Amino acid sequence: MTLETHLRTAGRPLLVPYVTGGITADWTDYLVACQEAGADAIEVGLPFSDPMLDGVTIQQASDRALARGVTPESILDDLSRTTLRVPIIVMTYANLVLRHGIARLAAAGVSGLIVPDLPLDESAVLEAEAAAAGVDLVLLVAPSTPGDRLREICERSRGFVYAISVMGTTGERETLAASAATLAARVKAVTDRPVLLGFGISTPEQAAEAGRAGDGAVVGAALMRRVLDGATPADLGRAVAELRAALDLGVSPGTPHAEVSGHRG
Amino acid sequence: MTVTTHEPTTAGRFGEFGGRYVPESLIPACLALEAAFREAWADPAFRSELDHYRTTYAGRPTPVTAARNLSAELGITLLLKREDLTHTGSHKINNVLGQALLASRMGKTRLIAETGAGQHGVATATAAALFGLRATVFMGERDIERQQLNVFRMHMLGAEVVPVTSGSRTLKDATSEAMRHWVSAVEDAHFCLGSVAGPHPYPWMVRELQRVIGDEAREQCPDPDVVVACVGGGSNAAGTFAGYLDTRARLVGVEAAGGAAMSSGSPGVVHGSRSMVLQDSHGQIAEAESIAAGLDYPGVGPEHAHLGTSGRAEYRTVTDAEVVRAVRHLAEREGIICALESAHAVAWVLREAGTPVLPTGSTVLLTLSGRGDKDMSQLMEGLR
Repeated sequence: MTLETHLRTAGRPLLVPYVTGGITADWTDYLVACQEAGADAIEVGLPFSDPMLDGVTIQQASDRALARGVTPESILDDLSRTTLRVPIIVMTYANLVLRHGIARLAAAGVSGLIVPDLPLDESAVLEAEAAAAGVDLVLLVAPSTPGDRLREICERSRGFVYAISVMGTTGERETLAASAATLAARVKAVTDRPVLLGFGISTPEQAAEAGRAGDGAVVGAALMRRVLDGATPADLGRAVAELRAALDLGVSPGTPHAEVSGHRG
Repeated sequence: MTVTTHEPTTAGRFGEFGGRYVPESLIPACLALEAAFREAWADPAFRSELDHYRTTYAGRPTPVTAARNLSAELGITLLLKREDLTHTGSHKINNVLGQALLASRMGKTRLIAETGAGQHGVATATAAALFGLRATVFMGERDIERQQLNVFRMHMLGAEVVPVTSGSRTLKDATSEAMRHWVSAVEDAHFCLGSVAGPHPYPWMVRELQRVIGDEAREQCPDPDVVVACVGGGSNAAGTFAGYLDTRARLVGVEAAGGAAMSSGSPGVVHGSRSMVLQDSHGQIAEAESIAAGLDYPGVGPEHAHLGTSGRAEYRTVTDAEVVRAVRHLAEREGIICALESAHAVAWVLREAGTPVLPTGSTVLLTLSGRGDKDMSQLMEGLR
């Protein structure tokens, strides 16, 4: 089943937790915990030395993993040995993808790829390579993306459309930016592909909001901060379960937010 | 010799290098900047205003000094293009005056910059003061330690200096942090990038702003055998080479042995463009190591990558020890204390003059990109 089919048939607001690959020796236990706590897919970061779009938490997580000596190969090897029901989406920067190629990702069972420094203008070669490897190359839209460009990104994106909720880097924020709902609405107006909001979604309440504005949320820094602070896989599972519950509650008829629940075929 | 194209494609490519590898959030800003620069660069009013500041504020044109004592010693004719005589003491002012004028024209109120040795930071702080803009300069903690004089100058000029503590705490990480900050400040801030690196249009725009070095030098010295300049990101070299691309002159870029993207790097993507990059076998960007903070950078501008792979320019390295010797030698023979960065070019000439690499009798035009005041405390430590 492709990533997109999997997400389309989930039948609930989508939750995609992010875990930095290789953050600990038993890091794949975090993936299992996320799955058991109700993740619909899991984003795995391949740490890069110069992450242009990451805030301090993900930078620290990447640095910690790199300091452990992990490599893209070792992370993919770990993934190959881990059995999961939910799709794995790799997030990493252009230099690593262009160097290692996408076929290696597919061989490790990865079904989606996010490259935050590979905008539409530079993505043609990787789009073809991803299609040939059966990996969905997810493209990103930002609050600053103009209309025509947004439409083209939505057409060419595979798996889902990743809506960057705020003009900024990854990282926890007090509230969900107003730009999030605006952007989600613009994307939903031009595509029926699932729309996931990411960047700055830190709390269950914010996740529920993202689930109402779009089709779900990617949550990274808020989870990785816990891992950096020593959270066990069970601890992380509890945090993901809270997000799951809030997302599910957020769109159920009869909740305080029912007026914006919308249809989620 | 391969015929090379000196203008980037519409996608910002010099051959296979360049491009625009930045987050989607920044694409509209890059497109707007490119459009604004194209329009301004074609506008005689903008050009004449920039010329006005270049002549009445920055001190252009800079002279070419015949290094008579060294020439006699080395058996060559050594001509020094004196960017060290500009206001703020380095070629960085050429680029920054242009970008600050452009930022004002675009209605921006802030400049964001990255700096290694601090020369670009000082130039940015200077132009910001001149044009009434705010300046935020990102600088690695390690560079802040070794370039305290320039940090103080930036503070004097009213700029905010933000210490960067990630990674190697040098120019590479300052650049990453400046780009991350730009994503959140793009509405009112212009990223005043200091070299011919970064996403399109920066490598092209900065070269166009720095070509004043090469254009002037061409007038002053029309037919050198060799044109040589130091290369970190490579802006003074790109500006100098631009004046001589269509001549028979050999173009030589000199890198730090510990930070030689052209000599020891491989194709990769860092800080928004595809170029030659120092990286490990997994694709992680390596930490460059040079006595000159301004050359402590693991990448090089994409035009240099293209000039190098197409054979139009050649890139060589010198060691830190050769550089320190070159600073002293130039000072003792010519009475010019140059920056550690510029001394890379001098060191190459000192080493190769009289060898088949740089034969006796050659005429050499060398861009002295900046003066060495900022390096005095570092040299005092090292020579103590």
